Amino acid sequence: MASATIASATVRAQDAPAPRFAVGDRVRVRATYPLGHIRTPFYVRGRSGVIERLCGVFGNPEELAQMRSGEPRQPLYRVRFLQRDLWPDYAGSPDDVVEVEIYQHWLEPV
Amino acid sequence: MSEDRGTYQPLTYFQLMEVSLRELLVEKGILSDAEVNAAVEDMRARGPERGAKVVARAWTDPAFKARLLADGTRACEEMGLDVPALRLVVVENTPEVHNAIVCTLCSCYPRMLLGLPPDWYKSREYRSRMVREPRAVLAEFGLVLPDSVRIRVHDSTADMRYMVLPMRPAGTEGWSEERLASIVTRDCMIGVAVPRLP
Repeated sequence: MASATIASATVRAQDAPAPRFAVGDRVRVRATYPLGHIRTPFYVRGRSGVIERLCGVFGNPEELAQMRSGEPRQPLYRVRFLQRDLWPDYAGSPDDVVEVEIYQHWLEPV
Repeated sequence: MSEDRGTYQPLTYFQLMEVSLRELLVEKGILSDAEVNAAVEDMRARGPERGAKVVARAWTDPAFKARLLADGTRACEEMGLDVPALRLVVVENTPEVHNAIVCTLCSCYPRMLLGLPPDWYKSREYRSRMVREPRAVLAEFGLVLPDSVRIRVHDSTADMRYMVLPMRPAGTEGWSEERLASIVTRDCMIGVAVPRLP
């Protein structure tokens, strides 16, 4: 714990990347499967949705989990997916949605 | 552990790690036993009444409701509810949209407003089915919604925490905030129930 504190105090914070996406933009979640502490659920990888809002800029959890600084920080979005785009046999209303928080480095424009 | 009469089990790996870390912190004078106990008691003392108060205020004060939906954390602070390290997103139920909350990856939960999560919230079954067949799950909770109501499921995967602002039921006109808060249950704020008159 001590070494992480020292590292984050002495390493100069890098600038976070600017937000690439705006509310309403259509995005696709990258379909990659790295190991580690990943906060992108499997069920949305490779799926497309729409930016619902920008939540702010946060330390990258994949880095933080390794006791590193979390830099560069990542813009975090809420992405809205239609249920029928996630599950082809979805039984509810065609308008039902799931909204998931996803960091920018997991998103690509459609 | 005191409830474990006659069912003693050896400590699991994580329990052992917790005890070791806690004892080390106390031994090195970083924390005292009293501070650890106070933090545990504080956590236990928090319950869904906090969230219910916020909902009742939003039902009676439209300006507060607007602030709550725009910035949940700040609006709670305004009520003297400290929500440290918590970015609160409040999602509003309407006649057209019903919201429900889940954390598919672990068990993220707005503890500062709702206290400790119920066991079912942390179960693999709820976590996996709530994003796959939310209508079936809600029906098992006794909440059957027509297809004309759109369901929005919120998966708390990262830094945000969510609370559902339920609809104020008809028949509560003129009620005080305290009385309104009494019908707002934990499950209403998770989104697996709606407030009912007693």
